[in-house]
Amino acid sequence: MALGRIATAVLALAVGACSGEPAKDKAGASVFTVAVDGSSTVFPISEAAGEAFQKEQGGRVRVTVAESGTGGGFKKFCRGETHVQDASRPILAAEMAACAEAGVRYIELPIAFDAISVVVHPSNPVQSITTAELKKIWAPEAQGQIDNWREVNRAFPDLRLSLYGAGTASGTFDYFTEAVNGKAKASRTDYQPTEDDNVTVQGVAGDAGAMGYFGLAYLEQNTSRVRALAVSHGGKPPVAPSAATVEDGSYTPLSRPVFVYVSADALDKAPVAQFVDYYLTNAETLVRGARYVPLPASAYATARERVASRSAGTAFGGKNDIGADIAEVLRRPLVTTAPAP
Amino acid sequence: MTMDATRDFTQRRLRLGERAIEAALFLAAAAAIFITVAIAWTLITESLHFFDTVPLSKFLTDTVWSPLFENPRYGIAPLLCGTLLTTLVGLALAVPVGLMVAIYLSEFASPRARETIKPVLELLAAVPTVIYGYFALTVVTPFLRATILPDLPTFNMLSAGLVIGVLIIPYIASLSEDAMRAVPNALREGSFAMGGTRLETAVNVAFPAAISGIAGALILGMSRAVGETMIVAIAGGQQPNFTIDPTESAATVTAYIAQVAIGDVAAGTIEYYSIFAAGFALLLMTLAFNLLAFWLQRRFREEY
Repeated sequence: MALGRIATAVLALAVGACSGEPAKDKAGASVFTVAVDGSSTVFPISEAAGEAFQKEQGGRVRVTVAESGTGGGFKKFCRGETHVQDASRPILAAEMAACAEAGVRYIELPIAFDAISVVVHPSNPVQSITTAELKKIWAPEAQGQIDNWREVNRAFPDLRLSLYGAGTASGTFDYFTEAVNGKAKASRTDYQPTEDDNVTVQGVAGDAGAMGYFGLAYLEQNTSRVRALAVSHGGKPPVAPSAATVEDGSYTPLSRPVFVYVSADALDKAPVAQFVDYYLTNAETLVRGARYVPLPASAYATARERVASRSAGTAFGGKNDIGADIAEVLRRPLVTTAPAP
Repeated sequence: MTMDATRDFTQRRLRLGERAIEAALFLAAAAAIFITVAIAWTLITESLHFFDTVPLSKFLTDTVWSPLFENPRYGIAPLLCGTLLTTLVGLALAVPVGLMVAIYLSEFASPRARETIKPVLELLAAVPTVIYGYFALTVVTPFLRATILPDLPTFNMLSAGLVIGVLIIPYIASLSEDAMRAVPNALREGSFAMGGTRLETAVNVAFPAAISGIAGALILGMSRAVGETMIVAIAGGQQPNFTIDPTESAATVTAYIAQVAIGDVAAGTIEYYSIFAAGFALLLMTLAFNLLAFWLQRRFREEY
């Protein structure tokens, strides 16, 4: 019988430890979990926000931050499974329709500027590349054709070209393909696709002929393992990705705003509202800490107004906007249905 | 109540208990069959949705697999290539090593050595495969790059295959050793009496006599290698690649299924059905191996 009791106790303990919901704090009250998912580009900012907020709340609220990619995250967000959605591009028309159908209203909050950085192995002699050369490499027609650096530009080394890039559920993929190839999601498919930018870092760091692309934060964290190429666009001199070149607008067309979307209904839950408020109040510090570029202070003020007035909708009308000016974007009216194409 | 009636009652109770136990045992056995049939049924019916959109000829002849992209293409060949190549690399390592270990353990090792080595060897199969995956990525690949293949990419089938080989060595060694030990000693004694050495006896007598069991062990190891997921997903790469060069990176059938299943593909889409089609192809492959094993065992079975 004693054995039976021990077994029961162990089982109860195991079940208690393994079942996440609802967790209890020290006093035994249940802990609310704010669920964040989406872009791995935005992940470092939300992760930092989540950690700092949890600390400030003394464990009364839990924040989980996942990285399914912008597309993967929106699917969960529009099913009402998450409260906050990280996005490295604006919500698309199909996602707006999915959210509308499920009755999920979203508040769009631009949170930072990012520069999609094109990176190579540190030993690669190439220092800069044009957007036309990038298109030559990444266009769908390049599939199986372009697999040596020399085929891109005769001045480049005779080196096997191996490609690492964002997966199809990634907002970085959508933005990069639209900015470089002219059409969102149009890309060659014979490369290593992943929604986790650390896999790309790992791949490029271990492959002399590699090229990859991801958000600025991952470049800043890995400067000893990968090197960014300066990008030249429209005949202008090449510009390397950095906070300064994003801020002065010279790193085009690969700099872009990134977003956080909040479910309007979830804001009725106090912990979600507190988390979003904490996020926006400390945005500049959080964004700098994650090695991205903060927006002008007025942008965060507008974001807080949107939250306070529950102004749902998007300023982008369901499509991407290459090289958008953030001040102008913030003045645009918000819409919840995409205009007919 | 008479004594007879009491005995009748007790016996009936016994018989009832017996029946209940028999029924429970039968249900347990039937569950295994039921689950197998249910899995096959799911794979087939969901694959049919896939083949509504994609003609079977495209599935079998196209050489590009890119269901998640714009203008998707659905040729299973690159994934099968990845699976076969990693499996072959694994077998190239595991078959010689495994068989040598089996011969040593069954014919040469002292009982004490065997009692020590065999459990340790079997422990290799108990290492979680996710750990093997990171071992391949962070130890084997850098080692190969530092020694013989400086141009090896970060994700490649060679490292993944070699580590799969390590994973299946215990399957092959342990089962082959069991088969060889089951060979009656009279056969060995006959060989010794003819002046055969221990090695000659092991290679020419015990090994051939156990060949049906050894073939079974090899096929089991092979099925394990074909179905292995974590190692190839971590160390082999995610890029379907139609190649026969194991130093390149490539996705296997299992790695593709894992990649899609972890991601967020909506049910009912072609991307979703594609994992069932890939899984069905994989099931057919392992089924073929198992039938081959069954046939080999019948064909070469030696009765003593």
